[in-house]
Amino acid sequence: MKQRKRAAVYTIVGLIVALVHIVPFYILLTVSFKDLRDMSSKWVFPGYWFTGNFVSAWQNAHLGRAFLNTGVITVLSVVLILIFGSLAAFPLARYQSRLNKWVYGIFVSALIVPPLTILVPLYKLFVDIGFMNTYFGIVLLHVTFQLSMAIFLYTSFIGTIPRELDEAAMIDGATKTGMFFRIILPLLKPVTATIVIMNANSIWNDYQFSLFFLQKPDSRTITVALSSFFGENSAQIGWIAAGSLMAAIPSILVYILLQKYFVDGIAAGAVKG
Amino acid sequence: MPRFLPPWLEEREEMKPDMMVTEAVPRKTAGMRRLAQSPVMLNWMYLPALLLFAVFIYYPFFRGLLISFTDWDGYSQALHYIGIDNYKRMLSDSRVHTVIINTLIYGVGSTLFQNIFGLLYALLLNKHGKGKTFVRVIVYIPAIVSPIIMGYIWYFLLQYNGGAINDIITAFTGKPVNLLADPKVNVWIIMVVNTYQFLGIAMMIFLSGLQGISKDYYEAAEMDGATPFNRFFNITFPLLAPALTTSIILNLIGGLKLFDVIAALTNGGPGYASASLSTMMYQLYFARQDAGLAASLGNLMFLLITAISLTSLYFLRRKELSQ
Repeated sequence: MKQRKRAAVYTIVGLIVALVHIVPFYILLTVSFKDLRDMSSKWVFPGYWFTGNFVSAWQNAHLGRAFLNTGVITVLSVVLILIFGSLAAFPLARYQSRLNKWVYGIFVSALIVPPLTILVPLYKLFVDIGFMNTYFGIVLLHVTFQLSMAIFLYTSFIGTIPRELDEAAMIDGATKTGMFFRIILPLLKPVTATIVIMNANSIWNDYQFSLFFLQKPDSRTITVALSSFFGENSAQIGWIAAGSLMAAIPSILVYILLQKYFVDGIAAGAVKG
Repeated sequence: MPRFLPPWLEEREEMKPDMMVTEAVPRKTAGMRRLAQSPVMLNWMYLPALLLFAVFIYYPFFRGLLISFTDWDGYSQALHYIGIDNYKRMLSDSRVHTVIINTLIYGVGSTLFQNIFGLLYALLLNKHGKGKTFVRVIVYIPAIVSPIIMGYIWYFLLQYNGGAINDIITAFTGKPVNLLADPKVNVWIIMVVNTYQFLGIAMMIFLSGLQGISKDYYEAAEMDGATPFNRFFNITFPLLAPALTTSIILNLIGGLKLFDVIAALTNGGPGYASASLSTMMYQLYFARQDAGLAASLGNLMFLLITAISLTSLYFLRRKELSQ
């Protein structure tokens, strides 16, 4: 009896917590489906589904182009992170010379350097070598700053793969490099899934890099398109809400479908943002 | 290994050199074959990553140190050295003092509340009651939405004209309050928004910590007649120490570099009243062409974040070990 009473209390408190946390999203929904001429409070859900905000936001903020840009940048970056990250982790995990320990240190100590602290010289570098407003430039930047995490996760994962496997392959005459591609790489699937999810999410959501290094309207990502749209139409909050909702939906869907990988990433000591 | 490296470094148990694969190589393989088998030949594999780090992190970092000693405007070709003037200017500017305090509020304040609520939520959603997974998902979702979008979502709540929170305030007092323009309030509001967005991460870290605690401890404690209060402070909390360390460090680094939410809600205003070091640096560089000062501010931010996170890491680790 006591157990059941306790379970009931926990359930009720839990629901209250959920209710409080859902409020901002509820307001987002009411605003995005409300006609701007409807002056009722944001707490009141419109009795109709006004989709005009979505159409206007999509067209005026050029969200189609922005989704394309964001998609291309995210996919390219994640692919390169996986290649460079898994390659780098193999010697660092399997061949721990003094040099390699230092190299590992160089990679992971960048985890605490926020990219913004080197904004000024980085911007100068981008202008000097002509990387401004290019996919290429921003992709390499994302790759560099996400690599620390990927190398950290891959190195600790490879450390858990038994060395007997390597040795068996060596006896069969594989070279060390061949061993990596044939033995280790196929075993990396679980940790790769975590890295893909985490990195894709943070690159998709990125605002700072895109704001600094993609300034031409054509090269804008979703977040930058929305923020410049907000700057020009701050009175049209229905449009902003609809745009924000469209930008957030892909992340939320992916999260709900693939929750496990998000949690694994956090448990591994994820770095946010 | 250097002492100043992050925690995950220390967690990685080293493999002994005698476990190295080299020994499996038969003696008779000679010449080219031996070279191909030498573990040193593997090191090419990290060269691409190392090159990227050199070009996009370490080179800019050292160049930033140089730029901070110049009065560079952000576009001219020549650099003109002025010694430590930027740092003098920075440290004597009262606006910079405000911005440093704001940055600490965003970093330390959010960390405090994220961990308090994260722990409470984790305890609430660990074992008892129905619908735990649902509540966890709801609490965690904000963390996967872009912070700039989270800023806009909160803008609808905080707006002066017709904002959702102002509707409630108006119902009680008769007139709305300009929450985002008042420098006494907006800094705290930004901290709350950041806390709301990322406390799900703290909750998840604590939940996975709780799930790692063996039931045996609690059963033994129950036999000894320990009160729930005793059980929490003598079993749960000490065993959560590693989770606490991870959570605190992550939230500190995230909060101290806060940019997006501020950009969405106040743009650092009025003036620099709600700016963090990040947004102030951005404005000095792009709006005022004061690149030298912006670079000094960047270095200050680097120093602040490194010092705070490494000091807390040191104390948290020491506490973990003593238990």
